Amino acid sequence: MSGFGTLFYKELLRFWKVAFQTIGAPVLTTLMYLLIFSQVMQGQARVYGAIPYAAFLVPGLVMMALLQNAFANSSSSLIQAKVTGSIIFVLLPPLSYWEFFCAYVLASVVRGVVVGAGVLLVSLAFVEISFHHPLWIIAFALIGSAILGTFGLIAGICAEKFDQVAAFQSFVIMPLTFLSGVFYSIHALPGFWQRVSRFNPFFYMIDGFRYGFFGVSDIDPAISLAIAGASLIVLAAISLALLARGYKLRH
Amino acid sequence: MTPAIQVEQVHKRFGAVQALSGIDLTVAPGEFFGLLGPNGAGKTTLINILAGLTRADKGRLRIMGFDVVDNYRKSRRALGVVPQELVFDPFFSVRETLRIQSGYFGLKHNDAWIDEIMHHLDLSGKADANMRSLSGGMKRRVLVAQALVHKPPVIVLDEPTAGVDVELRQGLWEFVRGLNRDGHTIVLTTHYLEEAETLCARIAMLNQGRIVALDTTSNLLNRMDNLNLKLRIAGAALPPALAPLLRDSRDAVHTLRLHNYAQVEGVLARLREAGAQIEQLELAQPDLQDVFVQIMKETRR
Repeated sequence: MSGFGTLFYKELLRFWKVAFQTIGAPVLTTLMYLLIFSQVMQGQARVYGAIPYAAFLVPGLVMMALLQNAFANSSSSLIQAKVTGSIIFVLLPPLSYWEFFCAYVLASVVRGVVVGAGVLLVSLAFVEISFHHPLWIIAFALIGSAILGTFGLIAGICAEKFDQVAAFQSFVIMPLTFLSGVFYSIHALPGFWQRVSRFNPFFYMIDGFRYGFFGVSDIDPAISLAIAGASLIVLAAISLALLARGYKLRH
Repeated sequence: MTPAIQVEQVHKRFGAVQALSGIDLTVAPGEFFGLLGPNGAGKTTLINILAGLTRADKGRLRIMGFDVVDNYRKSRRALGVVPQELVFDPFFSVRETLRIQSGYFGLKHNDAWIDEIMHHLDLSGKADANMRSLSGGMKRRVLVAQALVHKPPVIVLDEPTAGVDVELRQGLWEFVRGLNRDGHTIVLTTHYLEEAETLCARIAMLNQGRIVALDTTSNLLNRMDNLNLKLRIAGAALPPALAPLLRDSRDAVHTLRLHNYAQVEGVLARLREAGAQIEQLELAQPDLQDVFVQIMKETRR
């Protein structure tokens, strides 16, 4: 196996060995959101005129779980290796920074997609959902998890302690996901907050992902995909630059 | 012949601390080389720069002729490092750890060699045990095994015997000596100077980021032309006439520094005159510790 292949495999094995915690736990948490919110909101709202709230909620929750877990995978793997010192095992071999980047991000994509698929499968037992455009679903799942995997990589590189990663998660990732339309269509918001939402890249990922299910969305999915793609390019460029310099890794 | 390690004018600063200031060093293939110095002298920094874990501010380093920055893939393939800290990845077993480590070097079908290293390091019985369940000594051996998975011609051991029991230490040195006999270049740092004295053919001493001595071990030992006379006496204090010779007194044992054997007679006469009885007497050649202390004292001035 190549150096990249091994690092990718190692990263998969790492979360797979604690799958109960890395896959099982987030699936259960998300399911709780679904059961409680859909119960409370039952019959109260129809979104885009025709979609029951519970059905509307599912793609949002799937995407939220997918994004958060993609972030958690690369960030926690890196910070753990840095704090315990086992990071040297990947710094001593002849791995290039590209291999390093691709292995960590791809493993995050796998973790995000596996958790997202898990949430979706379990939700299907409770809620009826349509799949209008499966390719859009797949495209947004892949790009969303890649963006957050890259984000997690940057957080893991910059952080020196566990609580810095946790703070990043609580003060950046959580607000951005919750304020991105997971639980509502932004058309339900007052004008000012609608405009603010449009600066949140997470909004486009969730909106585009939802389009794949219902064939309706707040924004044209092609535009959302372009914005998500641009975000990925920017974040990838930042993290590759940090890795090439060895920032906080080879200091 | 291409040197195993070549270090030219390497400088490194961490904030206000000048960790290395102008290190020059060449280690020939097949050497057993010692890198000694007090804590904070810069030994680990130098090793980290060689391994690519840290970047030098200035200067060049080559391993088997490969620059550690421009040609890092080849230089890292040529180098195995046993780190000072007892680190491990808690998710994996010993065998998984070694397989993954060799995969990072792009090696396929390496199981025969992995089995061989595990056998030599007495790890075969623990092959499928999780890293977390191993004792400190076992974890240390896994670190040695990890450094060897890619059969590097140059092996650096950064204080591999710190906190390791005597038996394991002996076993480890036997193993490392075997690697050296097979042609591997060994670079060792240790705080146990007697280990360095018996193992290393050549030694560099570092202090405050500079090389303060670089010579064969026997030349370093020959620098000291004096003898150590260790004495335990009863019935009287050490006569004042002997005070200028006194190097130290510990646990009622006085160590006197003599320049030649003839001086022993004078010392015995002084003791007899003072009415002291000799309970124990030992005359010893200077060891590496004397040389080390002497050199560190000289360079501090």
